[in-house]
Amino acid sequence: MATHAAPTHQPEVEPAAPDMVPDAVVVRFAGDSGDGMQLTGGQFTLSTALAGNDLATFPDFPAEIRAPQGTLFGVSAFQINFGSRQINTAGDAPDVLVAMNPAALKVNLPALKPGGLVIIDTGEFTRRNLDKAKYAANPLEDGSLAAFDVLAFDISAQTVEAVKPFGLGNKDALRCKNMWTLGLALWMFDRPREPLQEWLREKFRTKPDIAAANIAALDAGHAYGETAELSGPLRQLHLPPVPAEPGLYRTVTGAEAVSLGLVAGAQLAGLPMFFGGYPITPASAILHHLARLKEFGVTTFQAEDEIAAICAALGASYAGSLGVTSSSGPGIALKGEAMGLAIMTELPLVIVNSQRGGPSTGLPTKTEQSDLYQAVYGRNGDAAMPVIAARSPSDAFACAIEACRIAVEYMTPVMLLTDGYIANAAEPWRVPDPSAFTPFPARHLREKNGRDAQGAATLLPYQRDDKGARPWIKPGTPGLMHRIGGIEKHELTGNIDYSPANHQRMTDARKAKVDGVAVPDQEVCLGAAGGALAVVGWGSTYGPIHQAVRRSRAKGLDVSHIHVRHIWPLPANLGELLRGFDAVLVPEMNTGQFKTVLRDRYLVDAQSLTKTSGQPFQIAELEAAIAKFFDGIPGNEGGEVPPNPQQLPSFAQGHDDGTLKDAAAAQPGTPATQDRP
Amino acid sequence: MNAPARIETTLKDWETDQEVRWCPGCGDYAILKAVQRTLPQLGSDPANTVFISGIGCSSRFPYYIESYGFHTIHGRAPAVATGVKLANPDLDVWLITGDGDGLSIGGNHMLHVLRRNVNMQILLFNNEIYGLTKGQYSPTSREGTRSPSSPIGSVDHPANPCAFALGAGARFVARGFDVSRHLPDVLMAAHAHQGAAFVEIFQNCVVYNKDVFNDFAQPKGAEDRQLWLTDGEPMLFAGGTRGLALDTDTLSLRVVEVSGGDWQAAGVLVHIPRNRMLAHLLVEMPFGPFPMALGVIYDDPRPTFESAVVAERTKASEGKTADLARLLAKGQTWTVPGSAADPVGSSVAGQGGPDL
Repeated sequence: MATHAAPTHQPEVEPAAPDMVPDAVVVRFAGDSGDGMQLTGGQFTLSTALAGNDLATFPDFPAEIRAPQGTLFGVSAFQINFGSRQINTAGDAPDVLVAMNPAALKVNLPALKPGGLVIIDTGEFTRRNLDKAKYAANPLEDGSLAAFDVLAFDISAQTVEAVKPFGLGNKDALRCKNMWTLGLALWMFDRPREPLQEWLREKFRTKPDIAAANIAALDAGHAYGETAELSGPLRQLHLPPVPAEPGLYRTVTGAEAVSLGLVAGAQLAGLPMFFGGYPITPASAILHHLARLKEFGVTTFQAEDEIAAICAALGASYAGSLGVTSSSGPGIALKGEAMGLAIMTELPLVIVNSQRGGPSTGLPTKTEQSDLYQAVYGRNGDAAMPVIAARSPSDAFACAIEACRIAVEYMTPVMLLTDGYIANAAEPWRVPDPSAFTPFPARHLREKNGRDAQGAATLLPYQRDDKGARPWIKPGTPGLMHRIGGIEKHELTGNIDYSPANHQRMTDARKAKVDGVAVPDQEVCLGAAGGALAVVGWGSTYGPIHQAVRRSRAKGLDVSHIHVRHIWPLPANLGELLRGFDAVLVPEMNTGQFKTVLRDRYLVDAQSLTKTSGQPFQIAELEAAIAKFFDGIPGNEGGEVPPNPQQLPSFAQGHDDGTLKDAAAAQPGTPATQDRP
Repeated sequence: MNAPARIETTLKDWETDQEVRWCPGCGDYAILKAVQRTLPQLGSDPANTVFISGIGCSSRFPYYIESYGFHTIHGRAPAVATGVKLANPDLDVWLITGDGDGLSIGGNHMLHVLRRNVNMQILLFNNEIYGLTKGQYSPTSREGTRSPSSPIGSVDHPANPCAFALGAGARFVARGFDVSRHLPDVLMAAHAHQGAAFVEIFQNCVVYNKDVFNDFAQPKGAEDRQLWLTDGEPMLFAGGTRGLALDTDTLSLRVVEVSGGDWQAAGVLVHIPRNRMLAHLLVEMPFGPFPMALGVIYDDPRPTFESAVVAERTKASEGKTADLARLLAKGQTWTVPGSAADPVGSSVAGQGGPDL
């Protein structure tokens, strides 16, 4: 596709006084599941990237595929934070909310910044839709929006009018509503329409009428902005491009980045890749991406279950390919026994866990970091396995390569942790040059590697190299027939051996191999390598922690940000680094799992800051937690982030677990407590 | 699989230096010998042969065959074997499983390896008991089986392995038993079949379920109780004096007397291994009123899973090059201009500009 240069021209109309221009804006598009909000958000993201702004996104959609239209639980939202400075999170509270129906307004209004702009499609504010959204009175009429700037008009009618020349039925015409809205958003942020028009023509190549109708809607929305600016609260805003490293950029989601990293990793190892998967949210996207990359020597196998997915991947590794499997928490639990087999047979394997809220089925579409214990400790026996955690969508690319490297060099399964947030979120990514990567070619044993007592060549399938790794012997190799399995085996021959001394030596050898995995020293990503407070994170909390630490440092607080990629084994210098701080705060989207690991490894008094609402940390929450270390009040450090009503599902949103309903019924006329801003 | 060159081996070449650890008198010894006798006849190459098993007495089998071997975990051997076969379709894979491993904990994988038709020989040793865990009743144990976990007799209805295999879509179903002299022939037929070849081998567990198959397997009177099936031959037993005919009124099999060798007059059916309906009738035949159907019950090959996967990968790759740099730069991109070529990896990708 076309490569666009970042625009350098000045907008023809200066939208506002320079001191009025913020350096970042948060926009949330919200509508019905069927309104195409994820598509709108995705295209707006692309346009933002093309404009040279840095960005981060947060798609938030219901677990139900096609929830009943107009209902609270059918609301789908897409939030984007973009600006002319570095952006690390999807933003706390939106500055602009686009609400395509009453349900979308009700669910998302509590999150909007006071004084923020809400754009409303009045065409959808019918009695019937208000009832579905459980509005007793029309919020457009009862003054409940007084705290906000409101731009309410009939987007539906405007869209129908705009696409009239194309002879679409009313239903098809209304389907163009999201493009009309996107057109308005493009005007608001001074973005060119051409890339979108080009994209629509490509997307509807076989249906030129539909393409033309959508383009007409897009243009009409854009034109509306120009007109409305004269009289209403709408203002055009131009955010200049962020100063970025020179190079070629694209947007990438975590699931894409993992897939690309795995392909790159297999190429660097010089191996065909075998991917065994079973559909599960939010991990399926990796299977989908890889299924389209067969020309890279990728074989994808949709197995009958999670267990078969990992077992087939392990079988493929045994046969000489790079076996990879992927899932989310519940599926990872099912794969546990096979991971043990991979550890016992010492075969390379990459296991990607896109974590979601748990336990059990938990919150399939919401994010959490609660599988850390499962990754580090969650197998029977002494079953050590390297664990790596990606901190952002683009970081997942490098982490996937790293996972492949460790698996191949150390003949071990490796777990790569991402989460629902990383998997779905998009961010700009400077496209790397593959020729700069260091290859780690896999070696398969071709001839016997030992000598027996008489000096004759003999095969020792478990003889270790200087890294503690055993040789990789492909079936099909002449003269190297041997047997492996899950039973304890002799330390050299691999034959069954239950003897006590041998099991001790094999347990020690397996542990020593993983403990000895070469891991780069831990760096401090912001602040000094010692001082009053270290905020230690891992995984997708990178963005909010980084911004919170940056803001705290701007206020003069002596705080540093350390973000750990290698969860197991931990970097060799980490203990010493942490001991250089008076206090250590570990924010996690779980009940304190990494904190426990750090305490166990280093006997440091790490404090937890936990959050388990299924939503990412907000910068403000972390800033408040950091401030507690500097307020002179002893003993109030760490703790739990209270449920944030702006982020939580509530009864009013249709997320009823029974208790909420009872609470609401007990207080007729008052909204559920969770709903209060 | 490409037709590999025949390798000359003897039974000895297929024996390992490992001490066999089954109970004295176990039927597994006979099956091991039958397999070791068959492999030289097939011209198999030990370096190209892989025995893959799950967990249980039967699953120790790979340790005793001088080829590549993978003793996996309980029930999962079909999944591991599928991965092996997809990664290298040229390998000759034998899957060794039992009634508990293959039909209880691993029943799901058995279903799918048969449905997909992955090219391998699947030998299910059926001893109607859990041996390695000391004698609990298994999914093939007959109703009323007394065992440590069913002290007054099991109440479960047993599974019928061959009926299961046919139901799962298997294209080759055969039966034999441990000490039968015909077992190598059955194994050869299974190997000749391109696709998943399911062989149920009745196996005598001398410790926990001794002689449970004697009703048909004991040499004395075997002729009257065993029906060995041969392609194109009439289904005769009891020295040719009895046979199987179709009762067209009830659409079921019945035993008919054959006098003077005139089986045609008696309406005895001819065995056609490609006849799926006939195979269903044969595997569902209750033993007692009927003989035990043995040999190749069903054999009708169709394209294998791994060949379809390879063909799909080849087709999908046609005209495409595996250019990683192009793949990474796919989609809508934009360029941030700079004066010089930028060193890759100088900052964390995707984290925007430098910290301000």
